[in-house]
Amino acid sequence: MNRLLLAALVIVAAPAASAAYIVGAEAVLSRLSLRGQRAVRPWVWAGPALGFLAAFLVYPALSTLVLSVRDGGGRQWIGLANYRVVLTDPDTRTAVWNNLLWLAGFTGVTVGLGLAVAALADRARYEAAARAIVFLPMALSFTAAGVIWKFIYEFRPTGAPQIGVLNAVLAATVPHFQPRAWLVAPPANTLFLIAAGVWIWTGFCTVVLSAALKGVPADLTDAARVDGAGEARVFWSVVLPTIAPTVAIVAATMVITSLKVFDVVYVMTNGNFGTEVIANRMYKEMFTFQHFGRAGALAVLLLMATAPFMLATVRRLRAEEAAR
Amino acid sequence: MTAVLWGVCAVWLLPVLGLLVSSFRPAPDVSASGWWTVAVHPAFTLANYRQVLADQHMGQSFLNSVLITVPATVIPILVAAYAAYAFAWMEFPGRRALFALVVALLVVPLQTTFIPVLRLFTALGLTGTFAGLWLAHTGYGLPFAVFLLRNFIGALPRDLFDAAAIDGASPLAAFFRLALPLSLPALASLAIFQFLWVWNDLLVALIYLGGQPSVAPMTVTISNLVNSLGGGWHLLTAAAFVSMALPLVVFFGLQRYFVRGILTGAVKG
Repeated sequence: MNRLLLAALVIVAAPAASAAYIVGAEAVLSRLSLRGQRAVRPWVWAGPALGFLAAFLVYPALSTLVLSVRDGGGRQWIGLANYRVVLTDPDTRTAVWNNLLWLAGFTGVTVGLGLAVAALADRARYEAAARAIVFLPMALSFTAAGVIWKFIYEFRPTGAPQIGVLNAVLAATVPHFQPRAWLVAPPANTLFLIAAGVWIWTGFCTVVLSAALKGVPADLTDAARVDGAGEARVFWSVVLPTIAPTVAIVAATMVITSLKVFDVVYVMTNGNFGTEVIANRMYKEMFTFQHFGRAGALAVLLLMATAPFMLATVRRLRAEEAAR
Repeated sequence: MTAVLWGVCAVWLLPVLGLLVSSFRPAPDVSASGWWTVAVHPAFTLANYRQVLADQHMGQSFLNSVLITVPATVIPILVAAYAAYAFAWMEFPGRRALFALVVALLVVPLQTTFIPVLRLFTALGLTGTFAGLWLAHTGYGLPFAVFLLRNFIGALPRDLFDAAAIDGASPLAAFFRLALPLSLPALASLAIFQFLWVWNDLLVALIYLGGQPSVAPMTVTISNLVNSLGGGWHLLTAAAFVSMALPLVVFFGLQRYFVRGILTGAVKG
């Protein structure tokens, strides 16, 4: 009961405190001269955000950069030794390879399938329903999705009734099929984790690409049809080139997602059986091995790998804003 | 072609259906036969939910998730709205450069920040507390929130604010009576995103809460259950469904705003 009270209190107090800040600060400001007010006011309004960003993003990112060239406890400068260890260590190697597998498989399938669903739904009845179904997993936590997919891959020895859908379906359709523990044997097990990731993220691609498809001018496609192009031809030669910038952005987003993938792997295998990925490895370096230098080096590698794609995305967003 | 589409939809729905059905089946049934056999032998129970909420800390975790998520959604949105208002309608030195910096911070992966922030929290006694998590989620949510709101508030007609100033309205009144109400669509998208992001977050909670059961949100509790229960699927499925209930309500109730948020580039750094 106590906790319920606390919950109620917090739900009221959080907005109240945030609003009280600005009302209180303005009350103090009103005692200044008009010129003083004009000079100070922007900092009163933007100050909290800038403070939060400095404390939680700017300072930590710089500090991690420094940590990555120091030893485990963060005391001594050791140059690029952490990077050397991280790049040659067999477990991290596996992680890097798996991230590349994620990058290729996950990005390819989510964008390809997302585009296919968007294009098919565009001309189907109940279009909204189809898109909503594919989009639904985006609202769920990757933790819940991990449970869902682990259940699908569940394995029982031959002879016992299979309760996992995958083994059951294969046992029913393939003659002489031996049920398998799908998440144990590399490298296929990473592909099964990727399938779970695809289930979550395809809806994202579908929604963004659907909006892009709606924006293709009808004159353009009609003109191609009048010229005698078939539907497939219209799609490949007219529609796809028109929405290419959006496809590129969606792909960049998926690349970033695949490089930073953590939850699905952590919940389903915790990186065991050769399914390690960089983000999970970093978590282990931090908490299991307490080696902050190597964890920092992994974080910096992650930053270097994702930054170009994120910059491209940000540039597109700003260009769109400017065009409005 | 349409058949392909509905085939994909079926594959997409099947996993959720399996989870839902299994969570309502008696424990012995779940481990003895596939969930699809309910079609011929229907047998359902609420026992799994009762057990998960009472014995497995899920009831408490649900409350923890609420306690973490509500402030971690409200605070960043208000803080971002203040900053967005300043960036959009106030003159100050370094305005453009600072806004560019805020946007550039979208690039930083959260992983780069964990160690220093964790050290800071340890020094301040904030590890394992909700307050630490509220602050961290506020910091992490701000770059996108400021970016989105500044573009939205900045696109409101200038005449509106000029007229308000001539009528003697203070900047505070202009913010609460004009800027905030007119930005409601953007605020709604943002709120849904931040809510879902924090509610569904596992990594940030694992790092700053350190896995203590008393403060763990549902994502952390479930990931612990996966390890400890192993094959206890009747409980795992029920636990997963409890954690999905609120996001599903948000999804079906506010899908329009959710989609709009995605189209304005709501992707977490």
